[in-house]
Amino acid sequence: MTALDRLSRPLEITAAWALALLWASPLLYAFWAAFHGPEYAVNFDLAAPLTLENFREALAQAPFLRYGFNTFLLVTLLLAGQFILCTLAAYAFARFRFYGSDVAFALVLVQLMVTPEILIVENYRTLAGLSLVDSISGIALPYMASAFGIFLLRQAFKSTPQELVDAARLEGCGVFGVLRRVYIPLAKPTYLAYGLVSVSHHWNNFLWPLVITNSVETRPLTVGLGIFGAPESGADWSIISAATLLSVAPLLIAFLLFQRQFVQSFMHAGIK
Amino acid sequence: MRQDTLRHVYGWLLLTPAAILLVAFTHYPTVATFINSLFSKGNPIRPSRFVGFENYALMMEDPIFWKVLGNNAIFALGTIPTSIALAIVMALFVNSRLPGLGLVRMAYFTPTVLPMIAVANIWLFFYTPGIGLIDQILGLFGLPGHNWLGDPDTVMPAIIVMTIWKEAGFFMIFYLAALQNIPAELREAALLEGASRWTYFRRVLFPLLMPTTLFVLINAVLNSFKLVDHLFVLTKGGPDNASNLLLYYIFETAFSFFDTTYGATLTVVLLLLLAVFALVQFFLLDKRIHYR
Amino acid sequence: MFHRMKNGLMAAATAAFMMGSATVAQAATELTMYYPVAVGGPLTKIVDGLVDDFMKENPDIKVNAIYAGNYNDARIKALAALKSGEPAQLSVMFSIDIYELIEQDAIVAFDDIVETAEEKAWLDSFYPTLMQNGRTAGKTWGIPFQRSTIVMYYNKDKFRAAGLDPENAPATWDELVEAGKKLTAADGSEWGMMIPSTGYPYWMFGALTMQNDQVLMNGAGDTTFFDAPATVEALQFWKDLGTKHKVMPEGTIEWGTLRKNFLEGKTAIMWHSTGNLTAVKKNATFDFGVAMLPENKRRGTPTGGGNFYIFKQTSPEERKAAMKLIRFMTNPERAAEWSMKTGYMGVSPAAYDTKQLQDYVKTFPYAAVARDQLEFATAELSTFQTGRVRKALDDAIQAVLTGSKTPEKALTEAQETADRLLKAYR
Repeated sequence: MTALDRLSRPLEITAAWALALLWASPLLYAFWAAFHGPEYAVNFDLAAPLTLENFREALAQAPFLRYGFNTFLLVTLLLAGQFILCTLAAYAFARFRFYGSDVAFALVLVQLMVTPEILIVENYRTLAGLSLVDSISGIALPYMASAFGIFLLRQAFKSTPQELVDAARLEGCGVFGVLRRVYIPLAKPTYLAYGLVSVSHHWNNFLWPLVITNSVETRPLTVGLGIFGAPESGADWSIISAATLLSVAPLLIAFLLFQRQFVQSFMHAGIK
Repeated sequence: MRQDTLRHVYGWLLLTPAAILLVAFTHYPTVATFINSLFSKGNPIRPSRFVGFENYALMMEDPIFWKVLGNNAIFALGTIPTSIALAIVMALFVNSRLPGLGLVRMAYFTPTVLPMIAVANIWLFFYTPGIGLIDQILGLFGLPGHNWLGDPDTVMPAIIVMTIWKEAGFFMIFYLAALQNIPAELREAALLEGASRWTYFRRVLFPLLMPTTLFVLINAVLNSFKLVDHLFVLTKGGPDNASNLLLYYIFETAFSFFDTTYGATLTVVLLLLLAVFALVQFFLLDKRIHYR
Repeated sequence: MFHRMKNGLMAAATAAFMMGSATVAQAATELTMYYPVAVGGPLTKIVDGLVDDFMKENPDIKVNAIYAGNYNDARIKALAALKSGEPAQLSVMFSIDIYELIEQDAIVAFDDIVETAEEKAWLDSFYPTLMQNGRTAGKTWGIPFQRSTIVMYYNKDKFRAAGLDPENAPATWDELVEAGKKLTAADGSEWGMMIPSTGYPYWMFGALTMQNDQVLMNGAGDTTFFDAPATVEALQFWKDLGTKHKVMPEGTIEWGTLRKNFLEGKTAIMWHSTGNLTAVKKNATFDFGVAMLPENKRRGTPTGGGNFYIFKQTSPEERKAAMKLIRFMTNPERAAEWSMKTGYMGVSPAAYDTKQLQDYVKTFPYAAVARDQLEFATAELSTFQTGRVRKALDDAIQAVLTGSKTPEKALTEAQETADRLLKAYR
């Protein structure tokens, strides 16, 4: 190590921390505004009294609990659907070299580029034809067959050792038996990774749900928050902060608790 | 032979559920969008009719279309290189043994798990002239405030800064993964030979990270076309379309102006742009990035 | 075509079903009403309360109120529901959606529903200015309900501090500029006034042009007057407030955060919807006043807000029931109650003659400012292709306020765009 390098180490630590502080500040500010009265929203006074009034007010003004429940339903439904559909499709691609599988796979990958939010106009029309406008399944349907999920699981299935498959066959497992006993258990980390990425993506998705939902009964948190934050006559600053925190809280808490898994899942899913 | 036939049957049967949905929500709408773009806007009194490429001719004359296209380019150029550079720096920080590593990593990564709409809500309070946080801080130093989102010269930079904040931590993850796959001996060897850490980074590390950079780059470009949520809260594309983006304009056209055929025409452009970048990725980059 | 057939079949099936069930139980008419409320909370509860009262009085009519977000959401939702054959009989929607709804063949004129002379007279019982956005082609399509105008809120404490008379708000453009200069702090920390220019710039601009004795469009909704000299002059004045007189910040001013600016004392005057009255009253920590907008050649403001519409695909019974509901919701007592609870206007002179509203105005005179201003009001910008025409004007206004175009250039371009869009409708 050169002398310069020795000097640069504390500098580096300081820089890393400064950047971290800068990065955390918007969220810290949201916390400040949410837990203090509106008169302190833009005035900083460390002696300002803490209050939960903004949260009470936000909950009274808009049904955030219902929105939260809708979001929960949405991500659960989506994840279940994605797991089933993607598992089957990935299994097909990984283990059955069927006619046209290459072309089919290429067609699947198209969805990596052309995601459903780009086709809002046509997809809205399709769902209107199916009478699924303003329903939670309507939000979920276009995303269920996820190319990303198929891709990830196919990779995982492909790396499953052939010996284990053969052994299971010898024990009398059929096509689905092998899938259930060998492939799926071995791909658990991939499921976890994909699951976390999918949940956080759809928890945060906005444009498509905005287009397809119209009522309190179906609207997810992001859309509820979007409408709440850009009202016709201007809502209160502190209350918007509280509402924002309410909307991100479940995911944020999950993230803080399982930080390592989150980061590793994103890495795992990202490397492909 | 029988076994062989079964293979095809199983393959297709397993694929069918996903295939139906993929065709219904990706392939069919892509084709339908193109067909729709060839028709005029219709209503119960004057039904839609085939007009060929008339919508495209209109689009070429539409100044807002060119404006949003330019904005998309500015948005991509403004956010991506800086995000990537910051992501590398963050990854290097987090990969070295820092005091309070967990907290630092958390700070960098947290914006990634927040919805863009919430991020925009928070940042709106930063940018609001006079009472916003930025203007207040400027005021402490006796500097005049600025109407960040209301000035066409600063609205894009303001949004770009916010997007960098949101994205850098996400890209960091990919670099972190790459860094963890680089053997520590490499660094020791380089430093033993008297290379400074900067030289090590420039000559050894950065080239090794190149595949990751290309991967992140292409995904970031694709993503930049899809990222419009913030406009709903911050600017609605204003002032005078200074912050408007293609996908938001499509949304406006189709759902505020009810002009689905012109919306389809604009969507075709977006699809073409995505296709170009997808092909670039396929032909140019695939050879250089090693998928696991 | 297919949709129509399908809907026809469904209507026939529904009718058959209803006839069948009518013999079994008392025939109940069911109404689905779309209503634009962006957030739940107070407004939803008030509407629910009104609807409940109505159903108590009319046990044979069942009303489902569906809250469908903001005006834009409500329109999309209602139109989508109609297209997909879901039932919807009436809706409160943006008053300026009238041409779009007519073009979509979605609504029926009230003239085609009213039967008795008394009902016809009812159509004329509302403030005529509020009816402007609901009438075209010689027919009445919308009944005013959730209506507002722009008023001037001002901070009396700041007026006193600047040596201005807090009981006499500026009444002309010149007085406005003069007062603004006294109210603006030299270091730019406090401004004399703010007129919002995001969200609904065309609406605020409608006030300025009216004050300059110019309307923005004709009654048929097929011609705009964006490049008229008085329009250009009005925009020049708006711009001058920032660049020349320096009483307002330059650039655009955010609609959503303006109230906060006013409440924080960053601006002494703001122009905003009457819909803010209740919130300002609740949150202001200073003495505030509400006044009519000032005049140049005359006073003026556009009206704004939502009207009742009845959809075309409805049976005669449903139309009758819908009429009953609308008449209930807009009768003087209800309108008075609605106005006091929300800050929106009472829609008829009779509403302001009710004892409850007169008493309320005595304790809180500002509740009557919007009414007094109605005399000078005009219709809100509304044309065929209204979304696009509006955007053309919005963009022009923002381009001028941010200094990228001159008023002449921006408005001439906006007029060209509007002409191109509206040519087919003339």
